[in-house]
Amino acid sequence: MVSEKDVQHIAELADIGIIPEELGTFTHQFNAILEYFDTLDRVPGDTTFTRDLYNVLREDVVEPSLPHEEVLRNASAKEDGFIKAPRVM
Amino acid sequence: MAGQITFEPDDRYNAFLATCKTATHGSGKLAGVAVAVKDNISTQGIETTCASKILKGYIPPYDAHAVGLLRASGAAIVGKTNMDEFGMGTTTENSAFGPTLNPCDTGRVPGGSSGGSAAAVAAGMARMALGTDTGGSIRCPAAFCGIVGLKPSYGRVSRYGLIAYSNSLEQIGPMAKTVKDVSDLMGVIAGYDRHDSTSRDKPYAHTPSADVKGLRIGIPQEYFGAGVDAGVASVVKSAIGKLEELGATTVPCSIPSMEYALAAYYVTCTCEASSNLARFDGVRYGPAADTKKSWHDAYQEVRRDGFGPEVRRRIMLGTFALSSGYYGKYYAKAQIARENVRNDFNRIFADVDVIAGPTMPTIAFKLKEKSDPLSMYLADILTVPANLAGIPAISVPCGKSEGMPVGLQIMGRTFEDERVIDVAYAYEQAVN
Repeated sequence: MVSEKDVQHIAELADIGIIPEELGTFTHQFNAILEYFDTLDRVPGDTTFTRDLYNVLREDVVEPSLPHEEVLRNASAKEDGFIKAPRVM
Repeated sequence: MAGQITFEPDDRYNAFLATCKTATHGSGKLAGVAVAVKDNISTQGIETTCASKILKGYIPPYDAHAVGLLRASGAAIVGKTNMDEFGMGTTTENSAFGPTLNPCDTGRVPGGSSGGSAAAVAAGMARMALGTDTGGSIRCPAAFCGIVGLKPSYGRVSRYGLIAYSNSLEQIGPMAKTVKDVSDLMGVIAGYDRHDSTSRDKPYAHTPSADVKGLRIGIPQEYFGAGVDAGVASVVKSAIGKLEELGATTVPCSIPSMEYALAAYYVTCTCEASSNLARFDGVRYGPAADTKKSWHDAYQEVRRDGFGPEVRRRIMLGTFALSSGYYGKYYAKAQIARENVRNDFNRIFADVDVIAGPTMPTIAFKLKEKSDPLSMYLADILTVPANLAGIPAISVPCGKSEGMPVGLQIMGRTFEDERVIDVAYAYEQAVN
């Protein structure tokens, strides 16, 4: 069981922005879904396994890419050819 | 011949989020064919929103690999189709821009999440469409709207330019009214792409063959068990009977891991979503983040207003399942469960060529019928196993129940997309 406080904490970790009026519904739905996830407790074993997939790497050389203005076009705030982000300090 | 087509459909089903009034096209295999593209697949110069407010106004600066191949084949891209926001849903009701209606009955959903693509094809607005399938999102709407949809083997179609929701599960795939058209579209989009590290060099150059003589079809008991509507089961059983008349043999089988496959699927996709959707913060695209606020406050504001409730729910569930102390209980267990699903399929495919059953346990839901998230998740039980195992699966219309279309699902061995196409084609040719 998770509490409203737990859901609030998860919302903060995920930067999802939750308002107090939503907490009750989300918590109720979370508990129903997590209860269903408990069927995984019945999964036998803790074996590890490998997949037939490998990392795809290339030489670190410059290749043609998008023009500067194309990259910036969808950003809402920009200055001197840079994207402006909220302050982190 | 290169040229242009005029596209002004009567979109009474809200299948499209954007349309191209004048769609230019080149020459090639699909010259002048109207193709609709799901709105989570990047199209250079055409708004791509994933049916989310958080991407409203976003114009991709490049084409998805599959879209580039479409253009090179001469196809006319006529518009972007409605969907559940970021692919999260089974009804297309989770779109920020209103639900798509089912052309067979406008009181019902078209299925999801590629509901707009399915409705566009079913209503005859586009001959072909691209959808994406993470846990059934091509096959479910194909079944509910009475068209054909293929989820290709994982790795066969590049995901480059597909706006990621759950990368280890999702594939772009073809949708159309006929198996032949689905096969032709698959021929255009499949193949190696160095921009997708999970891409495999398995091009598709196949002409459907209707011969199923001697084919062994596995019939899993779980696909006809509790939760599967009796009317749907009976229509699908008759369809399988038709394949037997054509010379196929059926073999009863069981997929015991289905007991926890759905939980494994939802843990995996929500975990991957929590990471993939972290990029939507209003800085590089989307609604402006308030740069005067601290970054947590600014991001929370953008994501609270920009994401719909189902997307926020899944991001939070994934964040929780990956958080310290819970990883072993959820994510690690889900990966073992996923391996068990794979092993079950491998065991069965040692004895049979394909597996058949219903695509969906019911006919299309009424609008607003699935208001509770968990009850909506449960509807995906018959489609998620193919995504967990990475195998190809097709849905082909096989009759009606209560006046609504029912889909026959054929699953095959990895990279045997050709075979599931052939079985669907044999059935389609025999009944039409």
